[in-house]
Amino acid sequence: MRSTITTLVRMAASRAVFLLLAVIVGVYLTVVIANMGGELDKVRADQIRQEVALSVLQNPVYRQLPPDELQALVDALVQTELHKLGMDQPFFPKRSFTYLRNAMQLQLGWAEGTMSDAGSRQVRFILLERLPYTLALFGTANLLLFFLTLFIALFLSRRYGSFLDKLTIALAPSSAAPGWFYGLFLILIFAAVLRLLPWGGLVDAPIPETTLGYALSIAKHMILPTAAVVMSTFFANIYAWRTFFLIYSSEDYVELARAKGLSSRAIDMRYILRPTLPPIIANFLLVLITMWMGMIVLETVFQWPGLGRAFYAAIQLNDTPVIIGIIVIFGYLLAATVFLLDFVYAIADPRVRIGAGGERR
Amino acid sequence: MRNWLTGLKGLRRYPSLIAGIAVIVIFVGVSIYAVIAIPYSQALTLWRGGPDVTGDNPRNAAPVWFNLFTSDKLPRTIIVNSAEGMGTKTEQMLGNGTKQVDITLPFQYTWNRFPKDLRLYTELANATDPVPISVSWLTPSGRTILLKESLLSRSSDAYYISQDQALRARLSGVFPHVGLLADPQNQGKALKGNYQLVLTAQVPETAALDAKLVVYGAVYGLAGTDYRGRDLMTPILWGAPIAIIFGVLAAVGTGVLTFILSAIGSWKGGWTDRIFQWITQVNLIVPLLPVLIMIGYLYTRSIWAMLGLVIALNIFSSNMVTNRAMFLQAKEAPYIEAAQAYGASNFRIIFRYLIPRIAPTLLPQFVLIVPTFVFLEATLAVLGLGDPVLPTWGKVLNDAFSQGALYQGHFYWFLEPALLLMVLGVGFSLMGYSLDRVFNPRLRSV
Repeated sequence: MRSTITTLVRMAASRAVFLLLAVIVGVYLTVVIANMGGELDKVRADQIRQEVALSVLQNPVYRQLPPDELQALVDALVQTELHKLGMDQPFFPKRSFTYLRNAMQLQLGWAEGTMSDAGSRQVRFILLERLPYTLALFGTANLLLFFLTLFIALFLSRRYGSFLDKLTIALAPSSAAPGWFYGLFLILIFAAVLRLLPWGGLVDAPIPETTLGYALSIAKHMILPTAAVVMSTFFANIYAWRTFFLIYSSEDYVELARAKGLSSRAIDMRYILRPTLPPIIANFLLVLITMWMGMIVLETVFQWPGLGRAFYAAIQLNDTPVIIGIIVIFGYLLAATVFLLDFVYAIADPRVRIGAGGERR
Repeated sequence: MRNWLTGLKGLRRYPSLIAGIAVIVIFVGVSIYAVIAIPYSQALTLWRGGPDVTGDNPRNAAPVWFNLFTSDKLPRTIIVNSAEGMGTKTEQMLGNGTKQVDITLPFQYTWNRFPKDLRLYTELANATDPVPISVSWLTPSGRTILLKESLLSRSSDAYYISQDQALRARLSGVFPHVGLLADPQNQGKALKGNYQLVLTAQVPETAALDAKLVVYGAVYGLAGTDYRGRDLMTPILWGAPIAIIFGVLAAVGTGVLTFILSAIGSWKGGWTDRIFQWITQVNLIVPLLPVLIMIGYLYTRSIWAMLGLVIALNIFSSNMVTNRAMFLQAKEAPYIEAAQAYGASNFRIIFRYLIPRIAPTLLPQFVLIVPTFVFLEATLAVLGLGDPVLPTWGKVLNDAFSQGALYQGHFYWFLEPALLLMVLGVGFSLMGYSLDRVFNPRLRSV
């Protein structure tokens, strides 16, 4: 028992270090891309020069100065400004590593173009303001998707070959399209033609005054995007789980349990779900990764004020701090997910636990 | 090889596979037709649009077949051009170095609905100074409306009749394309019958005057037009080859490269394997779409650059992990040991023994990820990162979405590219799922 724990701890520690390195590399790449390899600094410097020059020229105090003294003053002020922002240093390696260090420490700094709805320019507040909406939308959708597909799949695996089963298989290819694509169809049907549900956004235009009314309005606006996320992978998920359960339910020990006369519920719970638990949990956590991919477009299509739309808006504004902030948060989240996954596997699957030390070649 | 042939013969038992292949074959056929019927450069010109390319097309016009479903038919576009011998043109010498030109442009209007726009284009050749032209409008009920006392025409001019504010005021505030055609008894309906536009001008004897009247309808072609009057048939046809090439190249590129690299990694083991696994882990942390969006905004939006990037970022995907697991299992097989014993090179073992063994089981995966990439192109386009010059389905979707096609009820604009994307995606998907059952016997038994 003790040796198992030490193995686990050793494994966990090495994984954690490795994942941290992966996040560092990932974030550094983002820093380089989002700054166009330092090119963006030149644009920013020009912008600062222009702003400083303009403010000096408009200041009546300096009006009497001769041109070359004026120029010297502008240059000095620009230098101070650049120094203040740390931009007098070269991008490689110094500034890019400053970016990286700050990002990894979650010191996300100040946004350059974006502003939070409350009026703050701090990246942290901007992101914290958006995060709940993203979590609400994609959390609801993915929980729904996960449990619905899991239990429908379990149900179908018991009725292998039935009409419902065949129908589900036939519909599996529908998952070729991403969520936003179904979103557009849903908008067409429920907003444009039937005029039942809102086109997008967060709440109704005159904001409801009561808290309940506000919540109901948000819920109403969540129906279509949630449905879009669910629809996009519903049948493929059921198909995958069903096949998975079918393979497991043909194992000898399940046959034995059936021969013993156990109820189908007991068989499901103890003999099929129990051994399949690790991959199921793994899948649930991996949903986070797909969510990150889907949310940018889906939130743009539905005008949902979440992180995905903030990311997209930040890119359009060349707002590097916000871009890096979002990437670093998701980098940490993903790393934590992968870490957790390894742990779950190790704890839930005895084969991995034992094989961890031995079977490496 | 014989295994493969019997496998292929067995395909008849999978109707969904046949359906999938049929869909793909049809789309490939459409692609070939598109490339032949509209050559590349012409497709680009048509898609770029502009007054000389799409000037005569109505904007936001529904497809012609739309009229099959409505009792109140939508008007088509009518073009009457005197330069092409339509209408009548009489010239009368006045003796003082000028001549009187009368142009009559007749057209028959057979719809209850009003046209969308009225424009008159004039061409004046061999004249140095602009000449004044008097333009009047004759309705079937015999009314004559003077549109413009003296329309100054230079060598080439356009008179936007529908935007003539003075005329609009004279027509008691209704738009000229409505007021000029309205039935005097029932203002809400257009009067059917023969209309005439008459131009009269005195031009120098050597000069030549021609006029073109365009009565813009509300239906156009088999695909309709978009907000800039571009015929949607161009992107509908050209979208097929682009979608297929992008999807297939990306799928095959990533699939094959991942496959080969995981084979090499798992066979060599040691540092090669470890480095590959590290890259895979880092790649998992760097998400594909955000990087693509950043590259698209900051560097290039060319579809081929995107394709290369998609392949590069997808090589070390999670498939690497599953492939590796399969290869690790396969390399324990006795025949691999035998190959090593007779001194086969690493290259030979990887490419002649390992890869052919696993390839069939992974073939369905290649097909199944094609739609992912087809939709990825559309996703980028919807985010405004579509290729700047190529007509693609995604670009049409983006235009339709950003121009409020759904809100304004131009459903055809959205539905055409969307349904095509859907059908193509489902085609590949159907094929992939059934190939999965063909090549993976374990699935076939359950």
